[in-house]
Amino acid sequence: MKTIKEQYYTMNKKICLFPIMVIILLISTLITISIGSVPIPLGTTVKILIDQLPVVDIDRTWNSIQEDIILSLRLPRVFLAMIVGAMLGTAGIAFQGVLRNPLADPYILGVSSGAAVGAAGAILFINPSSFLANAAIPLFAFLGAILSLLMVFGIAWQRKRDTVSLILAGVVVQSFLGAVLSFTITISGTKLRTIVFWMMGSLAATNWREVLFLIPYLVFGFLLIYAFYRNLNILSLGEQAAQHLGMNVEGIRVILLVAASLLSAAAVSVVGIIGFVGLIVPHIIRLLVGPDHKVLIPASCLAGAIFLLWSDTIARTVIPSMEIPIGVITALAGAPFFGYLLKKKV
Amino acid sequence: MFNLANVPRTENVFELDKVSFKYNSTLILRNISLKIPQGRITGILGPNGSGKTTLLKILSGINKPSQGSVFLYNRLLETYSRKDLAKQIAFLEQNNSVSSPFTVREVVEMGRYPWLKPLSSLKARDKEIVNYALQCFDLTAKQDQTIGTMSGGEKQLVSLARAMAQEPQILILDEPTTYLDIGHQSMVMEYLYKWHKEWKTTIIMVIHDLNMLSQYCDHLIVLDNGVFVKDGVREEVLCKELITKTYKANFSVIKHPDSGVPQFLPYFNGRS
Repeated sequence: MKTIKEQYYTMNKKICLFPIMVIILLISTLITISIGSVPIPLGTTVKILIDQLPVVDIDRTWNSIQEDIILSLRLPRVFLAMIVGAMLGTAGIAFQGVLRNPLADPYILGVSSGAAVGAAGAILFINPSSFLANAAIPLFAFLGAILSLLMVFGIAWQRKRDTVSLILAGVVVQSFLGAVLSFTITISGTKLRTIVFWMMGSLAATNWREVLFLIPYLVFGFLLIYAFYRNLNILSLGEQAAQHLGMNVEGIRVILLVAASLLSAAAVSVVGIIGFVGLIVPHIIRLLVGPDHKVLIPASCLAGAIFLLWSDTIARTVIPSMEIPIGVITALAGAPFFGYLLKKKV
Repeated sequence: MFNLANVPRTENVFELDKVSFKYNSTLILRNISLKIPQGRITGILGPNGSGKTTLLKILSGINKPSQGSVFLYNRLLETYSRKDLAKQIAFLEQNNSVSSPFTVREVVEMGRYPWLKPLSSLKARDKEIVNYALQCFDLTAKQDQTIGTMSGGEKQLVSLARAMAQEPQILILDEPTTYLDIGHQSMVMEYLYKWHKEWKTTIIMVIHDLNMLSQYCDHLIVLDNGVFVKDGVREEVLCKELITKTYKANFSVIKHPDSGVPQFLPYFNGRS
């Protein structure tokens, strides 16, 4: 039995959560924009950003190089990190809710291996000097992800369309595509490094075009998943109970899985495979705010953004003059933490 | 007490016309025709594998009959949408034990799902019904407990309260007392009886315990190996010959000292 004090505490925690997370996100944005191989004082960063606003005019106490670094290098990158983190966090909570499996992540339906095969194919067969190359990798990664999703559904559809069939089909498709990928890497020769680097994920060389490409996916995917928050809560009673309550379990499951897979596929196609975000962020948020998806979905979205923002900042700054793949950072931070959670048995 | 949403009142809630059900080419129900009366507690009995659970799933619209038709309030069952069915019928499956991370109150509120529009929150009437259901099953004091921390008997009460919040005209239960000790068994049945008396809810249930069945059900249906054997009131069906034949075992039949309903004692061959 909860005491009144505890109830008050839980209520308070939920109400305060979103303003606090938004404030953390804003402060993190400003700090991470200032950090980098060319450190720029926080005050200057804020001034440069405010100066961009219409109407406002501030005396220039900075040089144009600083302005250039912030506006065309760091700002798009910071935005991309936040958007990708938000996408993976949202997709993660949707997958864990629909499949009722705590180990489900945004890549569980083969999205990552499909994207990897698509990207590897593009890297291998398209001349890197051609102007197509930059656009081709994300496009092929996206197509690969969608294709693997179709394969998973195609296999699971013939069976009972239940959670186990979907996960099994995901495993089958992933191992098949894994073999295709290994073969591609074997014959890739000098392009090996590019493929492996892409697979580890990176937000380097970001531009606004990529940010703009992802925003509609994030908005649409998030809203679609959020619209089903009550269904995700009811699914925790079990699929049969949800069905007896009048829920169209199969239909809603397909909608949510497709929405979450599209979110992940779009993110992967731009930045490569970044693991563990979609797995651990929902777990941490669940520990903090409880099981209600009405709170979990937006909280997981914001937390994913914060987590990836800092991971990317570490990736680009921890070794000067060198970038560590962001997938390495998220896995180095995520895997031990996940092990700790498992040991604590949440 | 509040008024239930209005529904058609007919003499029988369900009518089955020559219903058969096949699962992977095995015939589980054969050519079953029967009627289930409105406002009574109907018990379905028969040995293991006689198709009782399948029959319940057909009544609830989860399984579609391979042949024949099912009518709910004189209208074909398949013409109801899933949500409309959930407004009429609450179905608790066997071992529906939830290990949900939600609290008792949150789970009972989920019973309102069929009545809610997407994204809309609980209105005053919804909350009233949830409070009433919690109160009926004496769960008000426990409403903030997490389901995972509760015992099997308590979980069953929460599931029943959730079913009540669904405001059903018909309550279908598959073995509501399995895995419960005899005290909790009788407690669950008493709660159900109270519910039935208060709201005239039609209850259809499968229970293996013949004595429990005899105490609470006033209409009985006997199935054996997927075939309809007999239906009728308690005294017609619960006689020694039929029960002995159906379960292929010997029984002594006595009258319950308090209620006078037939009670069955398994045959004991006098080892001393």
